[in-house]
Amino acid sequence: MRLYGKYFMIHLKSIMEYKTSFFFTCLGQFLVSFNVFLGVYFMFQRFSHVEGFTYNEVLLCFSITLMEFSLAEAFARGFDLFPSMIRQGEFDRIMVRPRNEIFQVLGAHIEFTRIGRFLQAIVMFIWGFSVSNVHWTLPKILTVILMIAGGSVVFSGLFLLYASICFFTLEGLEFMNIFTDGAREYGKYPVCIYGKHILFLCTFVVPYALIQYYPLLYVLGRGKTYYALLPVAACLFLFPCLLFWKIGVRHYTSCGS
Amino acid sequence: MRKYLAFFRLRFSMDLQYRAAAFAGILTQFVWGAMEILMFRAFYQADPSAFPMSLEATASYVWMQQAFLALFMAWMMDNDIFDSIANGNIAYELCRPINIYRMWFARSLAGRLAKALLRSLPILLTALFLPAPYGLMLPVSLDAFLLSFLTLLLGTGVTVSFCMLVYMATFFTISPMGIRIIAVSGVEFLSGAVIPLPFFPDGIRHILELLPFASMQNVPLRIYSGDLAGAAMWQAVFLQVFWLIALTLLGEFLNMLAMKRVTLQGG
Repeated sequence: MRLYGKYFMIHLKSIMEYKTSFFFTCLGQFLVSFNVFLGVYFMFQRFSHVEGFTYNEVLLCFSITLMEFSLAEAFARGFDLFPSMIRQGEFDRIMVRPRNEIFQVLGAHIEFTRIGRFLQAIVMFIWGFSVSNVHWTLPKILTVILMIAGGSVVFSGLFLLYASICFFTLEGLEFMNIFTDGAREYGKYPVCIYGKHILFLCTFVVPYALIQYYPLLYVLGRGKTYYALLPVAACLFLFPCLLFWKIGVRHYTSCGS
Repeated sequence: MRKYLAFFRLRFSMDLQYRAAAFAGILTQFVWGAMEILMFRAFYQADPSAFPMSLEATASYVWMQQAFLALFMAWMMDNDIFDSIANGNIAYELCRPINIYRMWFARSLAGRLAKALLRSLPILLTALFLPAPYGLMLPVSLDAFLLSFLTLLLGTGVTVSFCMLVYMATFFTISPMGIRIIAVSGVEFLSGAVIPLPFFPDGIRHILELLPFASMQNVPLRIYSGDLAGAAMWQAVFLQVFWLIALTLLGEFLNMLAMKRVTLQGG
């Protein structure tokens, strides 16, 4: 943990050397998700509700998904850049060090620019928090925290999966974008609006619904009580990802020069 | 003209080589399109009377948007150009007896067309066979089909000439970051890439429709499904031609200014 603190400080210092670049990247992150927000806003100018969810409720859902994603992206970004790490043979260096590989990949990149996206999510959440008709109680607030934590774990698991595939393909698969960027993009609405089949997939295959739709129902006072604990169950998703990573590491043959 | 055609051909055949990347892209775009349509369906079911287009037209809009993504996405800019301005390699290009604006224009156009050619057909064909309200509908008439094809090219021209303005601005600012980020996200929203323009409230929509951004993907995608027809359609086509000429002239003008005072970077 102390080592991770060191990594953290190094990345923070190095990014602060290029303040303008940092600022513009943050701005870019902000504008991209702000576009999505405007899209939601204008849709609700026309429609009062979708699948029983009102604008304020969708805003809560969107902001929580965005927070989950930007946290995962900030800290698990190393996996996103993993293809280039493998191709340049940097992974060899990691293998010979007496530390856990995952830990080192995590420490290799920390993306502070995601704060642009995160800040927007927080503003949206506070807005949604204050105008929604939800009667906020301690268990509900804890559920929201659990959602954010569980969501970051699921998205990190997906990044890990993406990196593990690179052991076999040597390059990143654009297809995986559907599960990461796509999930962020479409997680703006509760998963159920996409229909029963998608909800089923998002419950049992990749557990998006467990970190978004079901606990949200509990927070809005419409779901069963145990829905609040589903984000914990979603964390189980990390195990198959870890297993796949282990298989990948065993399969690894160096290809750098 | 012949030299610019040569640049066009070179880039076109180069981008046709990336077939595996195109295949992965097709798969991704197909899923994105499907999710988008499911989302619109949910809104349609919530309140069909508030839906400004028919569901078929919306689905066709989404499928064509995914198929022709490479033509209209402003963020698909040529990083080589930005790099060459920032690191000074532009000097080699400046030595040639050509107009740099026209050369880049030809290259960007070729890149976009080649990518779209590889990706569009499989998506369009698959979407054509999907069940009724969710698939790509047949064009409402032969005229609409031909006109949507023509405006597709015009729209691509407007997109390229807009991106050219960003390249030209880089001559003055060196670092493309700020202007690029703002231009790209502006185009994305105002051109109807996030939600189609008919979904905007009327007052805002009337203004948006006059801007160059509406002359990009908005026109061909809506003519195809018959959503844009009659006098409004001709007005939109006229605006496309107008913006294409205006943006190109502005770009050439900026190019002239830039060439007078260009400073080479790097060493």
